[in-house]
Amino acid sequence: MIAGLADPFDALFRLQRELEGRRTSDWLEQTTSGTGAYPPINVFQQGHDFVAIMELPGVAKGDLEMQAKESTISISGTKAVAYGDKASIHRRERVAGNFNRTITVPVKIDPDRIKAELRDGILAIFIPRAESDKPRAIKIG
Amino acid sequence: MATGQEMQVQEKRELQGKDEATIPARTFVPTTDIYETEQALTVVMEMPGVDKANLNIHVENDVLSVEGRIDFSKYEKLQPVYTEYNIGHYRRGFSLSPATVDQEKISAAMEDGVLTLTLPKAERAKPRRITIA
Repeated sequence: MIAGLADPFDALFRLQRELEGRRTSDWLEQTTSGTGAYPPINVFQQGHDFVAIMELPGVAKGDLEMQAKESTISISGTKAVAYGDKASIHRRERVAGNFNRTITVPVKIDPDRIKAELRDGILAIFIPRAESDKPRAIKIG
Repeated sequence: MATGQEMQVQEKRELQGKDEATIPARTFVPTTDIYETEQALTVVMEMPGVDKANLNIHVENDVLSVEGRIDFSKYEKLQPVYTEYNIGHYRRGFSLSPATVDQEKISAAMEDGVLTLTLPKAERAKPRRITIA
């Protein structure tokens, strides 16, 4: 590795390694949902705020419902996989059904300012931290 | 085929390619359904995060290869704190038999991260009903 040279191709690999390395993290251990529930969620931190990203291919806005309370956000909906009557199936790997998942964030959040975006099958939820919970600098007198 | 059941998580399958990549990143295999009707073969692939512009569909030497790239520049300022799945480009290939598929007429549509490829059957591959005398 040559020090000082930023390799743009490395950026994806680094991101993948970071995601892989955190998969045994227990940061959200007080979450009500168990691990292995659908959809798998990645939570990122952006400054003081959080961003939760999950993959929901084939799910449109109308099939999804999100509710936010003090420090939990619940996402529920249906993923449908439908083929015509006369279709004969060669290979079946996609799954369909209902899902209902709750994320617990261990900081106080501002439910009114939560923004969600669903694009290309990826749902991104921007979770701003509540003002009262932000760290305050303490001056030493 | 949606029932009232809770869905199970499918772990992303990594691509075990015969060629080594020049870029050291993981590529994944998109989950695919293939079904057949009288008119055509339909291939449905799930590639969340890929939009039309980053899709590359290629037919050469009777091999259909699909590559979807994700734009990971959105993740630059984000620090992962809790992760359950990995992110990467997608690639999958299928070999087509020239007798069944009319390769000139393949069409594709992409929506919500799901790619639907319609491969119309060549005339002689369309089923002929056999009547029992």
